[in-house]
Amino acid sequence: MAVSDKHMENPSIVSLKGVDFSYAPGERTILSGLNMEFPRGKVIAVMGGSGCGKTTVLRLIGGQVSAQKGQVLFEGQDVGQMNTSQLMSIRRRMGMLFQFGALFTDMSVFENVAFPLREHTPVSEETLRDLVLMKLNAVGLRGARDLMPSQISGGMARRVALARAIALDPPLIMYDEPFAGLDPISLGITARLIKKMNAALGATSILVTHDIPETFEIADYVYFIANGMIAAEGTPDDLRASSDPFVKQFVSANPDGPVPFHYPGKSLAEDFGASV
Amino acid sequence: MNSVLNTLASLGAFVRQNLYGLGYATRMFLTIMRRSAFLLKRPRLVTDQVHFVGNYSFVIIAVSGLFVGFVLGLQGYYTLNKYGSEQALGLLVALSLTRELGPVVTALLFAGRAGTSLTAEIGLMKAGEQLSAMEMMAVDPLTRVVAPRLWAGIIAMPILAAIFSAVGIMGGYLVGVPLIGVDEGAFWAQMQAGVDVAQDIGNGVIKSMVFGVAVTFIALFQGYEAKPTPEGVARATTRTVVIASLAVLALDFLLTAVMFSS
Repeated sequence: MAVSDKHMENPSIVSLKGVDFSYAPGERTILSGLNMEFPRGKVIAVMGGSGCGKTTVLRLIGGQVSAQKGQVLFEGQDVGQMNTSQLMSIRRRMGMLFQFGALFTDMSVFENVAFPLREHTPVSEETLRDLVLMKLNAVGLRGARDLMPSQISGGMARRVALARAIALDPPLIMYDEPFAGLDPISLGITARLIKKMNAALGATSILVTHDIPETFEIADYVYFIANGMIAAEGTPDDLRASSDPFVKQFVSANPDGPVPFHYPGKSLAEDFGASV
Repeated sequence: MNSVLNTLASLGAFVRQNLYGLGYATRMFLTIMRRSAFLLKRPRLVTDQVHFVGNYSFVIIAVSGLFVGFVLGLQGYYTLNKYGSEQALGLLVALSLTRELGPVVTALLFAGRAGTSLTAEIGLMKAGEQLSAMEMMAVDPLTRVVAPRLWAGIIAMPILAAIFSAVGIMGGYLVGVPLIGVDEGAFWAQMQAGVDVAQDIGNGVIKSMVFGVAVTFIALFQGYEAKPTPEGVARATTRTVVIASLAVLALDFLLTAVMFSS
């Protein structure tokens, strides 16, 4: 499927064009010639095994790291060419939910959600209170406003972080492993919230995860990354029906396949002295 | 020959790495200073931290000051008594504390108490992705988190040193006057006559401000640059104590040489 026609009618809010990335010169290449499109209003999942570079994609979009080659475009502007103030300006239009919430541990739930509003908007305390309670209500935690992060569960922390990520009503929301370590109830709640928030805000959601059932339930389009490149892409239905060995292994959670079970090394016979 | 070349190469790499580290830290320090104007709009961020780091260290500094004062009173009396100059005990205690012991011991205690807390706090914020989260919320962590703590250290250190010296003088008084029997009038009069506000107290305050910059920045830098793992934060905390203590002692020598050379 060609990049231009694969995402239907919407123009992209984020595009990656021929991106190469490694964390230091001479180190392992994390991403190589990556092309991705993230159309407005959709939930797009980026999937792949641990360490395949999924989170790096989010860090590139947020401008926390820069590509060595290629372009990362946010609303048509090259993120890699921006200075600090330009980066700060586009980040106000992005929300990000980190893997374990990344809540500020010295602030209450209320203050965590209020943080971006206090920093970037001149609203009165009264308006701020109403806004924060509305965001907390959307994630079902209005009653937990006075609790500290240490007093809430992992799932609740993720929901507070979601409320904080949407505090400024950003057009782009990025989720880094939002389902990791959650119990089934919290997992279902988080997945539904992501879909609901995306629709309610008219935002675009980029979901970095390796949790197949929940992601296929809510995503409009899915990218699979392996070895720093797009290994497969399509709608969840396309991927379920795919005969690609990598996709089949990933979707069916098979231990062996194109991604080998054994880490490369000497053969079993060599290690146990059966061959000379 | 090869081993000599290898040694030279290792030495060169070591020097280059340290120079790079020093340059990087200097750039970070200058960036913090440049962005500190933001704090004029939100002084509460600094005052909260002054309260925080001050509270961390107050008890240990006050108690240490008292015992250092006790010891100075005893040692000073034994020495001065040999020359029949025990009336100068107040002067000896006051000069020792305001010129040297107050700023230096306070800075060392501050490094061990508040410095390690700052390193661990910033390091754990980094490990918990709180600093990254802040960046992604378009809030600069250097301006919002690091700068207020640095200024808090610079403000708190002279106050803590003054408390240390004041409590120490009281300790010296308690041992010298009620316990040993030095004349109370002579104790205070000698101190009043011999301590110069600008030369002794002023230079002590300048010293403690310089130590405040050094210790707090080292603590914050180590936390900010810590590897985001439990082991990385633990190592950074240890480095804070070692580097800050050595820096305080080295700076003390330099400052003393400049301030009291005449």
